[in-house]
Amino acid sequence: MRVLQRSEHLLEVKDLKTYFHMEGGRTAKAVDGVSFHIDRGETLALVGESGSGKSITSLSVMRLIPQPPGDIVDGSIKLDGKELLTLSDREMRKVRGNDIGMIFQEPMTSLNPVFTIGNQIAETLIKHKKMTKKQAYAKAVELLRVVGFARAEEIIHEYPHQLSGGMRQRAMIAIAMSCDPKLLIADEPTTALDVTIQAQILDLMVEMKEKFDSSILLITHDLGVVAEVADRVMVMYGGQIVEEAKAEELFTNPKHPYTTGLMGSIPNIDGEVERLESIPGTVPPAHRFPEGCRFAPRCKHVMEQCTQSNPELSEVNRKHKVRCYLYEPAGGEGGHQNGTDERKTVRST
Amino acid sequence: MHRYIIRRTLQFIPMLFLVTVVVFALAKAAPGDVLSGEMLDPNIPHEVLEERREALGLNDPLPVQYWSWLTSVAQGDFGNSMQYTGRSVMDLIQSRIMNTFYLSLFALGVTLAIAIPIGIYSATRKYSLFDYGATTFAFLGLATPNFFAALLAIWLLSFQFGWFPAQGSTSAIGLTGFELFIDKLRHLVLPGFTLGLASTAMYMRYMRTEILEIKGSDFIRTAQAKGLSNNSVLYKHTLRNALIPIITLLGVEFGLLLSGAVITENVFNYPGLGTLFLNSIQNRDYPVIMAINLILAVSILVGNLLADIFYAVVDPRIRYD
Repeated sequence: MRVLQRSEHLLEVKDLKTYFHMEGGRTAKAVDGVSFHIDRGETLALVGESGSGKSITSLSVMRLIPQPPGDIVDGSIKLDGKELLTLSDREMRKVRGNDIGMIFQEPMTSLNPVFTIGNQIAETLIKHKKMTKKQAYAKAVELLRVVGFARAEEIIHEYPHQLSGGMRQRAMIAIAMSCDPKLLIADEPTTALDVTIQAQILDLMVEMKEKFDSSILLITHDLGVVAEVADRVMVMYGGQIVEEAKAEELFTNPKHPYTTGLMGSIPNIDGEVERLESIPGTVPPAHRFPEGCRFAPRCKHVMEQCTQSNPELSEVNRKHKVRCYLYEPAGGEGGHQNGTDERKTVRST
Repeated sequence: MHRYIIRRTLQFIPMLFLVTVVVFALAKAAPGDVLSGEMLDPNIPHEVLEERREALGLNDPLPVQYWSWLTSVAQGDFGNSMQYTGRSVMDLIQSRIMNTFYLSLFALGVTLAIAIPIGIYSATRKYSLFDYGATTFAFLGLATPNFFAALLAIWLLSFQFGWFPAQGSTSAIGLTGFELFIDKLRHLVLPGFTLGLASTAMYMRYMRTEILEIKGSDFIRTAQAKGLSNNSVLYKHTLRNALIPIITLLGVEFGLLLSGAVITENVFNYPGLGTLFLNSIQNRDYPVIMAINLILAVSILVGNLLADIFYAVVDPRIRYD
């Protein structure tokens, strides 16, 4: 049963711990025991504020953490059943760009300014697909057309500075999809773009996912983006996942105070919704997490228990997990909305 | 691209004109003239000197003097030298300029051949023993005055070990072909390395800093995310960007080397423009001083022009600006 389930997942991350060793012997636990999976064809959104560890999580999957000072100290990352953390550098380079494509937040700086767009797309194809230069450029034209460039033959000879931000992000998507990856990691792909362009890029990503039959790990702090494309959502805070649910479930029934804060509303048992200006305070630095629940200092519902120990990520129902004492059996008050008796604690192994 | 080069070359013309004004004004601003130097017999009567001044046009209004100088310079005539009794300045310069050119080229070659590989190696092994060694060398190189490094090189490599000649540009008359080439090259080693020392140190640091800075940029992360090999990331994506400021500096550097050679040439008694220049200053040989000043200024201008053109060639972002 378990084996069967595991092979169903495209990406399975278990108990990932990525620490940064800082000067003076301190350790910043940027990613602290994160477990999740992505199924084939699924779009998983990873949501959180700056500093919550979501980008480090995605870079860990690519094994692109600068080392030193960063280090993946523990955990397992399996792509299609293959453990990535034990691969040699050479083997890992065959995964990057080939099995996993990645696009970044800043389309203005993510492309090398001194090489043509064609060169930068072809490079990946020459490397992974062993194409000749000519074949690779022909494929580059094709890819550019797929991502929506009308004059693709001209674009391959142009330099990044000649394109607008949205066009560059399209070119980045063309690079990421060039080798037909199983997984596309998009790290804040629309943050730096105009609102109108954002929608186009999101549509394009979904279209590409379907066309190339891949999955998406979407990293964002923008819940609007999540609502538009995600199948499932994970909310990250202080290097840990604090809530995980199907997208509709999360939007209609957010549990964790941080999630509700992000959504700009407070849950109310009577169903009333009040506007909330913002979550007070900022994400604590990863070397100075508070004892107990990491969100406790900013939480409106903080209880004594919260400052003493950190709650586990527990199921409130089969499709919804949350890390909060409000919903733990002992915490008492929150769970009854769902009326589930089958709550159990999920511990990573 | 062509339009850029043409536009940039046209900008060169007014600068050149300004340079001639400055060179002329500087020569005129200096006290005394060719006839008040120590070369002349103090017993020559005042009236005779005045007559000569009148004949040479030294009493004409400055604009007239400038114009007559400018028009002859434009025709390649810098006048005649005073100290070398009537040899034409052009002739004197022609006999020296190639030596200085070889020396500068050698120094530049040394600079690049040492600074770039060491800079790259230092950057890829930041804070390693090698990196600290290179840094120490760089600071020593920058802190050591040219003349001191020159004397040290002469003492150690010429007097103590006898590896390289310490004087002149060639040791024997009558050498030809390959032997002459080798002989000239041996004479270039000490002044060349001395002249290139400071810029080697500087470029090494430049290269290291540039590479470290570019390694942290977003497009390098993109290149890594594509699964490219470390060599491809370093030598294609990083280096091409890191070289942009270096190449740009090279044009300027070449002009600076020509003028920087003045001291080095004198220490090594190397028969280039530099020795001629210092000699002429000591003897108030104004026609030669002005000519060399102009040549050095023009070489810096040309260097800057080259730098801008190189910049446009290596950085695609510059072309359409």
